[in-house]
Amino acid sequence: MGPRIVGFCCSYCGYASADLAGRQGRTYSPGVMIVRLPCSGRIDVLHILQAFRKGADAVFVVGCLEDNCNFVNGNFEAKKRVQEVKDILDALGLGAGRVEMFNVASNQGWRFPRIVEEMTARVEKLGPNPLGVIADDNR
Amino acid sequence: MIIGEQKPFKEIVRNLEGHETILVAGCRSCVAICLAGGEKEVGVLAESLRIHSDLNDLGWEVGEATVERQCEKEWVRELAPLVEEVDCVLSMACGVGAQIVQEMFPDTRVIPGLNTSNMGAPEEQGIWSEKCGGCGDCVLHLTGGICPMARCAKNLLNGPCGGSQDGMCEIDPETPCAWDQIFQSLKRLGRLDLMEENIPPKDWTPSRNGGPRTIVKSSAVLTEKEKRAREGLD
Repeated sequence: MGPRIVGFCCSYCGYASADLAGRQGRTYSPGVMIVRLPCSGRIDVLHILQAFRKGADAVFVVGCLEDNCNFVNGNFEAKKRVQEVKDILDALGLGAGRVEMFNVASNQGWRFPRIVEEMTARVEKLGPNPLGVIADDNR
Repeated sequence: MIIGEQKPFKEIVRNLEGHETILVAGCRSCVAICLAGGEKEVGVLAESLRIHSDLNDLGWEVGEATVERQCEKEWVRELAPLVEEVDCVLSMACGVGAQIVQEMFPDTRVIPGLNTSNMGAPEEQGIWSEKCGGCGDCVLHLTGGICPMARCAKNLLNGPCGGSQDGMCEIDPETPCAWDQIFQSLKRLGRLDLMEENIPPKDWTPSRNGGPRTIVKSSAVLTEKEKRAREGLD
């Protein structure tokens, strides 16, 4: 199935882009779990940390293009929180590269698979999340 | 309000060594406003500690709780049933809150999660500045409402030093000169005459030279009888 990747997607652009990718018949790793958010600004540092604690190998957040957020600055808020998580992941020794923020437009169905590809490549480089192994052992 | 910031994660982890059950205790007052030790920050730090524990097979049990004000015993009392279950409290309050928790639960080790910095105010979202030096002998009525003790790097009481250039302090081009601000404020207020009032050498006795300071308002102090009645003993 490949790496376990959680994608937090804003309803307006990120999720729409994933939806469009599907409708266009584009394929991407089945290891991606999409969580739909009303706006990327809804993301919380805690949501991302919980995803990692439960074993996600990587997490990405997708918001609208900068200056194009339906709620004016939700995507900028999300970007700051993703940076906060990067700092925490570095302190924990998990690697800041496991989390990333992306900005897409709803008509960019082609971008969603590329985001997944990039995060998959990162996991291949960083190795699986050791917490995922622990979570598996506890199942 | 009291301004503080979270200690580096690695320092917190180092200080927690030897403990297994940890209560991360937040405070909903000042440190929540400066986004250092409120409910949200407690949640994030507790989760980070759990991840650290899982990664290093430490077996930590990390609980979390946030009270209204950690500097008041009435609120800290709420933590009692939770503190009973742990061998250490990581206080996310200011140094005052951490000490009150320790005082209330003397048999449980309290470890500070924050570095307490100063008495100040939010400038804008995410930026807080020191405003009061807590000297115990306020002169704001003479200085246009701007504290020279906290906001002048040299704590000067009678005008700026030679390092004041174009309204800024020599310590840093981003730091305004307190005495320039005082001048501008008094000018706005039409009280430039106060610039000429000589402020004598400061009386430091109400400051920190005599150990910890205590303020007593006798009309509010309860008698022993009143205390017993309040506790329902009489």
